[in-house]
Amino acid sequence: MNNMISISSFFGVALSLFAYMIGLALQKKFKKGIFNPLLISILLVIAALLITGIDYRSYNVSASYLGYLLTPTTICLAIPLYRRLDQLKKNFWAIIGGITAGAVTSMGSVFLLCLAFGLDHTMYATLLPKSITTAIGMGISEEFGGVVTITVAVIILTGVLGNIICQAVCKLAGITDPVAKGIAIGSSSHAIGTTKAMEIGETEGAMSSLSIAVSGIITVLLASFFAGLI
Amino acid sequence: MKYMKQLCIIMAVAFAGEVLKALLPFPIPASIYGLVLMLVLLISKVLPLSAVEETADFLVSIMPVMFIPAAVGLLDAWVDLKPVLVPVTAIMVLTTVIVMVVTGRLTQFFMGLQHRREGK
Repeated sequence: MNNMISISSFFGVALSLFAYMIGLALQKKFKKGIFNPLLISILLVIAALLITGIDYRSYNVSASYLGYLLTPTTICLAIPLYRRLDQLKKNFWAIIGGITAGAVTSMGSVFLLCLAFGLDHTMYATLLPKSITTAIGMGISEEFGGVVTITVAVIILTGVLGNIICQAVCKLAGITDPVAKGIAIGSSSHAIGTTKAMEIGETEGAMSSLSIAVSGIITVLLASFFAGLI
Repeated sequence: MKYMKQLCIIMAVAFAGEVLKALLPFPIPASIYGLVLMLVLLISKVLPLSAVEETADFLVSIMPVMFIPAAVGLLDAWVDLKPVLVPVTAIMVLTTVIVMVVTGRLTQFFMGLQHRREGK
């Protein structure tokens, strides 16, 4: 059985999809930020592997085909971006300014905190793309010698955290404008935060999805500068 | 046929992204070259939205599932993560809050500036 799993081209994909469906069902039932389908599915797959003793490599033989789709799917983020082109044009400079400031703030604060904690270049490169979408963040981490698996985990945890706290943070910080709220959520917690922004309102959701792609591009452009700092 | 054509276009743009990454000296992933290229094709009307829309929406909607294998890889990365768990957690929580507040406040401020200038 274990041998069958380690050579299967489908086991890991089926397990991942099934775990995600359970995550979606739980979210629908409890409607709380903490019941994040992605977080739940990750924990379920980890639990399933630990309980059955199947190692990660066997699971990943087939599950890695899901990762294969990340590049074409990231390219598809151009489609929602294109659909919101009007909103982008109307507030163009404010949005570009806000997202650029967000990307600089993210990498700047990671730099200062890594310095404060005395972390080395590997950990710094691992954390640098923590606020942007996983597909782009993985690329940046790999490019500058980070540990990609930790980057992915931190990016996902950042997204879940942002999803849970964004409403309270925006309220406390006096971020009331729907466009600004969307940009704040998308810039700090990418796609996972965006799901919450969609719940708050249509403008928030649109602006948050816009931020995923634009913030990713700006981070790519600025990352080589920041990566050289530690 | 429609979906096959859409998938074919998306894969072709992904391939073009790979080619650009190989040719250009910048540290930019193929996915970003592809994203920008796709956006340019749509804005310039070379590609109508209908040529990619349904398949693109489907892929974007199942995007979270694609992150599961890499995140489960944390099992293998745990050895590396354990010694730096405290600083990493602290950095993650602090930067997320800082970025959210700074980005939101600044965007709001910039919007006020932009609309005031346009109002004149």
